[in-house]
Amino acid sequence: MKKTIAAFIAATALAGPASAELVFAGLDYRTGPYAPNGIPFADGYADYFTLLQERDGGIGGEPIRYLTCETAYNTEQGVECYESTKGEGVLVYQPLSTGITYQLIPKATQDKIPLHTMGYGRTSAANGAVFPYIFNYPGTYWDAASVIVKHMLDVEGGSLQGKKVALVYHNSAYGKEPIRTLESLAEKHGFELSLLPVDHPGQEQKATWLQVRRDRPDFVTMWGWGVMNQVAVQEAASIRFPMDRFIGVWWSASENDVIPAGDGADGYKAVTFHGVGDDFPIYDEIRRHVVDTGKAAGDGSNLGTVLYNRGLVAAMWAAEAARTAQEMHGVSAITPEMMRDGMEALDVDEARLAELGLPNFTVPVKVSCANHGGPGKGMIQQWSAADRKWSIITDFIDSDREVIDPLIEADSSAYASEAGITPRDCN
Amino acid sequence: MMASLSRLRLASPEGVGLLLLAAYAAYGLFWLGSIDERDRLFFYEVTLSGLLAGVMYSLVALGFVLIFKSSGIFNFSQGVMALFAGLFLTGFMNDFGVPAFLAIPLTVAVMVAVAFAVERFVLRHLVNQEPIILFMATIGLAFVLEGVGDILWGSDVKPLDVGLPRGASDFLLDGYGLYVEKLEIAAAAVAAVLVVALSLFSQYTRIGRALRAVADDHQAALSVGISLRTIWVIVWSIAGAVALVAGIMWGSKSGVQFSLALIALKALPVLILGGFTSIPGAILGGLIIGVGEKWAEIYLGEVMNALFGLNASWFTAIENWFAYVLALAFLLVRPQGLFGEKIIERV
Repeated sequence: MKKTIAAFIAATALAGPASAELVFAGLDYRTGPYAPNGIPFADGYADYFTLLQERDGGIGGEPIRYLTCETAYNTEQGVECYESTKGEGVLVYQPLSTGITYQLIPKATQDKIPLHTMGYGRTSAANGAVFPYIFNYPGTYWDAASVIVKHMLDVEGGSLQGKKVALVYHNSAYGKEPIRTLESLAEKHGFELSLLPVDHPGQEQKATWLQVRRDRPDFVTMWGWGVMNQVAVQEAASIRFPMDRFIGVWWSASENDVIPAGDGADGYKAVTFHGVGDDFPIYDEIRRHVVDTGKAAGDGSNLGTVLYNRGLVAAMWAAEAARTAQEMHGVSAITPEMMRDGMEALDVDEARLAELGLPNFTVPVKVSCANHGGPGKGMIQQWSAADRKWSIITDFIDSDREVIDPLIEADSSAYASEAGITPRDCN
Repeated sequence: MMASLSRLRLASPEGVGLLLLAAYAAYGLFWLGSIDERDRLFFYEVTLSGLLAGVMYSLVALGFVLIFKSSGIFNFSQGVMALFAGLFLTGFMNDFGVPAFLAIPLTVAVMVAVAFAVERFVLRHLVNQEPIILFMATIGLAFVLEGVGDILWGSDVKPLDVGLPRGASDFLLDGYGLYVEKLEIAAAAVAAVLVVALSLFSQYTRIGRALRAVADDHQAALSVGISLRTIWVIVWSIAGAVALVAGIMWGSKSGVQFSLALIALKALPVLILGGFTSIPGAILGGLIIGVGEKWAEIYLGEVMNALFGLNASWFTAIENWFAYVLALAFLLVRPQGLFGEKIIERV
């Protein structure tokens, strides 16, 4: 027995993490009420790394090791996942949860492991001087709110003076994020903002939509997730709210969110920062090297869906940051700190996107010491119930930096003084 | 209940509760008379929507009541059973192309099989155990059913269309300016049919009478030759069928997905209020909770602001927990629930 135990310990020690590997981790949620959204994202994120491993043998000649940990979109479980995997040498975490992100910001900063909270998490983390290890490119919730309001301005012919806008939001740290920006934008453009929170999970929203019916806002915008989105779209259709005036954030814009409402969802809009569908050269590669060889994370049915594409683009930026870090430091086996440097020097332009098989797929991103939030641009996508697909209906729209930058500065400064952080000099 | 009303003393908690209720109703009527036509119409809309939402909660609560009444088991897995039934129904319909009229009886058969399995592998081994042990077993059952459903059918959102009407009632909306969901009207009709059918079943059939006998006294029922195991299978089968109805109604609204299991949380305050052993109590409890939470969500902020100058936004997104506050307040006055049996233990 003793011999068996000793052999087991020896084998375990030998099977420990090899130093010459690039370790990426997926903090997934494939179970629980938010699984329908967590699965396609997790599949896209994992499949991109599998593609690089299978086709290129890794990144810069270094093999990729991919870890997964189930969070069930639960903050405590997410933190446990982080704690249990960080010792494996994970280069960057993508928690896919604002709640988990808030818990990990101080931990990851102390551990010197970068977090990429792509289009979610703490918006003011865009200030790299205060948050050196947190990145939220290519855009933040405040960018999303601003892009949505700019689209409303376009629809209304340039003025929202005297108009009413309702925010229907998940009553959580995530859902509350855009409020501050929307309040500032309401002041700037003269519209009246009403706030309608919906408690987790959002299965029952009758009271919320009765208020929308009573108040008759000109636009409704939504920060929802999971079943809340499907119920909201269904309820909006039921009260005959004009769907082309109902605009969700990018986390309220998957196929899952609109298909259950059937024809009623036709015309629903949402902001996004990447393309829709699978009409991109990279999909041929994924099918050849990942799906057809049976190495896909899922059954392949999610390819080309909104959240699969989002997982894919997140992994692409992570891989490009690793490549940048390798070039910067002249080594292929990079550490999390080197990865951070790569993320801060990330520059993925349209030419590079085309090389990667993703032409016109997303906005070119250039990160810097001071700006971890990226360009902050967004497009509007619209759902066609007849065709059962999303279409991009605008070009990239710039967010309102005049409003957002001072808010980021104020919030990050407050965080810095609260946490006793001396901001870096990014000049 | 009427008998207890006739014995009511104003100094008792029930009397105080009734007085408060009367005062509240009087204030409500006065307020209703003072508002304009548009606000009054909105109030009717809120009330009607609350009642219909309450019926949806009652559909889940009914399953709890059936099992608790006949076996004293608080079945924690009732919400997951609704999900499980919904997963099989959408699986049969969407993956195998089975039409709804065949898929529904097939799913009922699955739920009967689940009932057999629960009796064979869980309940049979826990006879004469403490209620808390049985309760814990149903927690385990919830996880098993959720896991099996996930493995068999996956976690994605499954649209469900069994031909139920959806969207606002055009007749009420265009004719009277009232927004009422057709699906919820259908749910109310189905709930009414269910209650009548269950009442007739328990009153006039041999099995129904046996169920009532077991509910009244397990030992006495056993002594006259009623098989407890058979009764458990029947009860869990009926609860499975009721779970299927709840799964269809909720699944038609937002697609069948794993958050459906959480609707059990909506049924708990209904049970506290209606009593764990009464089918009419589950319906009435649902109606009270449905209306109460909608009124609270929409009007409590305004009331608190007017009466105490509190910020109205503090009282938003309260409907989930307000239902429990309402149920707990009710417990203070009537611990056994509206129609529950008062337990008197002599020591």
